[in-house]
Amino acid sequence: MQLTVAPIPFFWSKDTWSAFYEEIAETSVDRVVLGELVCSKRLPFFQDQIPGAIERLIAAGKDVALTSLALITLKRERKLTADLVEMGLEVEVNDLSVLPYLPKGTNFSVGPLVNVYNEGTLRWLASLGATRICLPPELPLASVEILAKEAAALGVTIEVWGHGRLPLAISGRCYHARLHGRTKDNCQFACEDDPDGLDVATLDGQPFLTMNGVQTLSDSYATTVHQIDQLRDAGVTALRLSPQSKGFAELCHQYRALVEGQCSGEAVLDAITEQTPEVRFSDGFLTGDRGVAMSTPAIAART
Amino acid sequence: MVMEIVCPAGTPAALRAAVKAGAHTIYCGFADETNARNFPGLNFDRVEMRDSVAFAHQHGSKVLVAINTFPRAGDEAIWHRAVADAESCGADAVILADAGLLDYAARHHPNLRRHLSVQAAAANADMVNFYAETFGVKRVVLPRVLSVPEIAAINAETEVETEVFVFGGLCVMAEGRCSLSSYATGRSPNMNGVCSPASHVEYHDHNGVLDAQLGGYTIHRAQKGDAAPYPTLCKGCFSAGEKTDHLFEDPVSLNAEQLIPQLQKAGVTALKIEGRQRSRSYVTQVVRNFREAVDALEDGRPMPQGMLARLSEGQAMTTGAYKKTWR
Amino acid sequence: MSQTSVSVPRCPPLLAVPLRAVPLAPLSASLTAFSRRIATSHPGLYRRLGDYANTPFVIDPTDLPLVILLHPGNGKPTITLTRRPVEGAARIAGPLAALLGLVHGGFDGDALFFSRDLVIEGDTSASLALRNAIDDAELDLSEELLNLTGPLAAPVHRALLLLERRTGLYLTRPEEAAW
Repeated sequence: MQLTVAPIPFFWSKDTWSAFYEEIAETSVDRVVLGELVCSKRLPFFQDQIPGAIERLIAAGKDVALTSLALITLKRERKLTADLVEMGLEVEVNDLSVLPYLPKGTNFSVGPLVNVYNEGTLRWLASLGATRICLPPELPLASVEILAKEAAALGVTIEVWGHGRLPLAISGRCYHARLHGRTKDNCQFACEDDPDGLDVATLDGQPFLTMNGVQTLSDSYATTVHQIDQLRDAGVTALRLSPQSKGFAELCHQYRALVEGQCSGEAVLDAITEQTPEVRFSDGFLTGDRGVAMSTPAIAART
Repeated sequence: MVMEIVCPAGTPAALRAAVKAGAHTIYCGFADETNARNFPGLNFDRVEMRDSVAFAHQHGSKVLVAINTFPRAGDEAIWHRAVADAESCGADAVILADAGLLDYAARHHPNLRRHLSVQAAAANADMVNFYAETFGVKRVVLPRVLSVPEIAAINAETEVETEVFVFGGLCVMAEGRCSLSSYATGRSPNMNGVCSPASHVEYHDHNGVLDAQLGGYTIHRAQKGDAAPYPTLCKGCFSAGEKTDHLFEDPVSLNAEQLIPQLQKAGVTALKIEGRQRSRSYVTQVVRNFREAVDALEDGRPMPQGMLARLSEGQAMTTGAYKKTWR
Repeated sequence: MSQTSVSVPRCPPLLAVPLRAVPLAPLSASLTAFSRRIATSHPGLYRRLGDYANTPFVIDPTDLPLVILLHPGNGKPTITLTRRPVEGAARIAGPLAALLGLVHGGFDGDALFFSRDLVIEGDTSASLALRNAIDDAELDLSEELLNLTGPLAAPVHRALLLLERRTGLYLTRPEEAAW
């Protein structure tokens, strides 16, 4: 099973950004998708670092792709998309708006923010040149199994959301800006102080969601540690790990050990909890429960 | 050309009410998971659909059938059947969101007109044109994240008809790309055709203070005498940092009535009213109001002032993303 | 943003007060017979209720000194009036005018709920199904009643219309909603 590092969903300073990929280059992950996914206004701050990071990662033997934005509306964003395609590196499509920019016959990968719910959509994307699809995190295992089978017949690699706060929604409105009483155009980069997003709790003080500019994530960190065998049996060949500000290289290391059969899922969660005790886990989407739910290994084995 | 009023109908009775109130077009769905308002007691069986389409056609109105959820892997046949049945019921078009289903409809039902659902969130001209070229889509319902100038810019770059929401519930997230509901309840718009479903809603009244919970999460608290919105996740009240407030969106509903002249100038073909889950009373009121508005516009009369506030959620209204400051 | 509100009329005491003393058993029996007649003439109502065709509903007209327990009974409904608190899977409470307005399509259920003229407790999904099923049935309780009264239909009709005008209650299906 391959490990893929997802694009950083949060707004990190350029030094933190570069240091992160420096560290990733040293890990055993197979593939890295980088670039700006959430907000086009963040890109200028680290744009110049991207070529260096790509070079470093490729030199370290990683497979590298560039992500598109998750929601492309403005003229400037369409231009950015055209530029992205021009760079010649594999593009991970996270908004279908990228497709018209891809020259016919170009292979591409599809990210978790594109709605691939069924065989028809999968076949259609494959017919356009998709060679790899990271399925939407909302999908239950039953759907993953059917899609992985269909993908295998088409020669498409199937990846699933392996670990990290779940991308639940994207909007035209910036919630960080709204929280600070600003408009999106004058946001003053309100999201830069929250390297893992800003916690959103209910009226009873229950942790629930995470605010990340125009994106809304889950509070919990989704994990597939209890479903590795089922995913492998289904024909899933890659797990996506989503960057977090603390202990990410160690997390990659733990997942590598897990997929190599060197440790148990429970041990991985224990190790993560030791590093980041505030983290809550979930795997409900995969088990067909509500997304926030977390199974125990015993229950997971029965699903 | 007078702007087309596209009105919701959750039941045959509501459809007849809409036709009588002057709706040019009515959209509705089958009573199952194939449409994004899969609520208890709502929607049309096949016989009701056929009869309702016939009724609408007799009165010169059109019917669009929304098949706008994302087919479940392994069960695509349910959605394929819905498309075939919409055609045989005489529907004037189907409203689709899923690329795979669009591909299927274009291949197997080439003569059935295809509209792109708001659930596909086609938010720029490239996307609109791509759907038109790839699947022969004739009309696109634009997502509620765009401002009026952005809508005008899209229309300047495309021949495809555009339809925009002017009244009713407001999605603050890009439609069809939100799984907040399934995160909290296990049921989502994309997969089950429901958002923040009633089956997971609980109200608790503590001496007149009304708590609304969704999936066990308390997301709204109405003081005595305050309006009580439905606990839709993105309009809930939450805490972040130092603030406790409606962090994503206030419990408001969209009313772009006064923007109709601008929307017409922006090249919009049709005005859509949200609310297939609402009553025939709502349908009658809203349709009559908007029909009057577009007729006035067509005749060069001043826009009538609306009286629709009571019909809206939390009894407060917004023009949403149509004004850029909303973002 | 704008805010408005419209008031729902309260049932006049002249109607409500006598209900404190009236024996409820015969009234319950009459209403049960009445509801069965409606069930027979509107089979679609039960199809729409779907999973909730056997769910007990408590309907609480808050300006009357009684509550209505409705057992849909899969098409064979029973109505029980009671002055004591009762349990049901779902409870719908509001002034009689709001409840009658809902039945007759004069008011919009969501609007009444947003303004808190209507309060829903228990199984929200069941209440929604009932609301939607009734909205589609296009019921007219007066018309149903007139069908029962035979030779008295004309005077009863006049009396109902007078009562409707005097009280502001929706006793018939309006040609169009009030607002």
